[in-house]
Amino acid sequence: MRASGPAPPKAGKSKARRVIGKVVRYGLLTLLAAVVLFPLYITVVNSLLRPDQIAARPPKFFPFDPQWDAYSRAWDGGHMSRYLVNSVIVTVAITAGQVVTAILAAYAFAFLEFPLKRTLFAVFLATLMVPFEVTIITNLTTARNLGLLNSYAGLAVPFLATGFGAFLLRQAFLQVPSDLQDAAALDGYGHWRFLARVAVPLARPTVAALSVFAFLGAWNQYLWPLLITEDDEYRTVQIGLEQLSRTSIDQLNVTFAGVVIAALPLVILLLVFQKQLVRGLTAGAVKG
Amino acid sequence: MSFTGDSGTLGALADVGEADALDAQGHVRRRPHFSRRRLREVGLAYLMLSPSMIIFSIFVFYPFLRNFYLGFFRTPPFPGLPKRYVGLEQYREVLTSSAFFNSVKVTVQFALMTVPVGIALGLALAVLAHQQLRGMAVYRTIFSSTVATSVAVASVIFGTLFNPVVGLLPWLGVNPRPPILGNPDWALPAVALITVWQTLGLTFILMSSGLQAIPDELHEAARVDGAGAWARFWKVTLPMLSPTIFFAVVIGGIFAFQTFGQIDLLTQGGPLEKTNVLTYFVYDTLHSKNDDGKAAVLSVALFAITLTLTLVQMRVLERRVHYAR
Repeated sequence: MRASGPAPPKAGKSKARRVIGKVVRYGLLTLLAAVVLFPLYITVVNSLLRPDQIAARPPKFFPFDPQWDAYSRAWDGGHMSRYLVNSVIVTVAITAGQVVTAILAAYAFAFLEFPLKRTLFAVFLATLMVPFEVTIITNLTTARNLGLLNSYAGLAVPFLATGFGAFLLRQAFLQVPSDLQDAAALDGYGHWRFLARVAVPLARPTVAALSVFAFLGAWNQYLWPLLITEDDEYRTVQIGLEQLSRTSIDQLNVTFAGVVIAALPLVILLLVFQKQLVRGLTAGAVKG
Repeated sequence: MSFTGDSGTLGALADVGEADALDAQGHVRRRPHFSRRRLREVGLAYLMLSPSMIIFSIFVFYPFLRNFYLGFFRTPPFPGLPKRYVGLEQYREVLTSSAFFNSVKVTVQFALMTVPVGIALGLALAVLAHQQLRGMAVYRTIFSSTVATSVAVASVIFGTLFNPVVGLLPWLGVNPRPPILGNPDWALPAVALITVWQTLGLTFILMSSGLQAIPDELHEAARVDGAGAWARFWKVTLPMLSPTIFFAVVIGGIFAFQTFGQIDLLTQGGPLEKTNVLTYFVYDTLHSKNDDGKAAVLSVALFAITLTLTLVQMRVLERRVHYAR
């Protein structure tokens, strides 16, 4: 990591000034970090307090006597375990589905010749212009007619394809050196084998970025799950959280525990896959 | 991009063996325009595109196009009665209504409150974190941390912080009457604040990547020319970062026009419709009022606005290519 910030100390600058500069910079960074982190911190603290302690004035900023029972109550009574399982199932299905359909479509656009190729590619890109919010009226009717209300299929199926992902992967596939294609052809590779053994492995960073991007999008969905689920059995974490906060108004610690439970999977994901996450989120923004 | 026109190599190579086969008399048969191989390639391509195309057709294009059609019909006041064809009347009525104007106004206000502030804060954090200091990785992780929060998580956290009884903000002395989220003057800025915090991680990541893409030589050269840190920020960093900032502005604008969860969780469009953003307006019209004719017209309007923003983005990206290279 190269720095572009402050100049390297000039010869005339005294050591004391350098130390002060460093202290100021660390101080500023720490202050800002505290501000950014505070809402999350206070959530964890409140989840470990008793309801009367949460309402106490002055407020408590540290759980000296942590009460863990809010977690078990949110987990069982608050149905967070059910919501979490639902979210995982739907999110994994959407992520896997998007990756598979995007790989297939991108392969066709990158390696195959067929009539209407340009038109169909434009059609894929056109889906990026239609925000999902605009389609809910008819999608609800369609889901009802197909018997998809209140089901995992209903939550996942509309999102199993992605124009963005197909576009991203096509760009990655186009980088596959033509020497490799020739060599694979000489070795008698068919398209499926070339796809599985050469193209996808070479595009692995993009596949990873797309996976993280799809996972994040699916996990955070709110509008569609709200419209299509009617009871706890299929409710996802985001909708379940609303339900939990509404039903445990007098037990705020349970609500806060629910918030922590809902956020934890993504916190872990962020810590483990930070690199892929950054790449996924900035795809298209920085590189042309 | 190094290879663009090589898509047919594999197919063309493979064709050589089969299509120019000898016929029964031992003469070389002319290769037909569409060899069996070619046809198979075309079939394979359509097969590979079909899963996406089926999903897009059913869940993107059909519902999108049907909006225009639904907008021609007035939804009956009682379910069971037939829909009435009214042509463009409903479009005119809805798009000139004060409720629609209010909703567009609120959405624009919301975008203006969230996008510039969010980008300025994300940029400030990114610049601060773009230094060689020990432990910077920790600060970077903290600054990106709100990526791990969803709209629902952020809304529930802040909804409680704003709560007039148990919230911390009232304890700090910020306690307007009526309470913040029920206050016509405060509700929208409060929701905007939550949104800025929730998207801060994403903005920070975007801006950091943009900063890292700026060649160090540029800063070096400016430094040699005697430019101070402040001058380097305005004369080097900001111009070089402008493509990223433009991108963030447009994406942020599109996000703002799709804002829904915060509103549903915290204000339900109120008080006095002051937070009734377009997406919530569509949802409310559809879900609570069961008026899909009117909701369809609103959806068409929402699409038109988003499309305009996307076209602006394309213009911006196009321009970016010119001054970046």
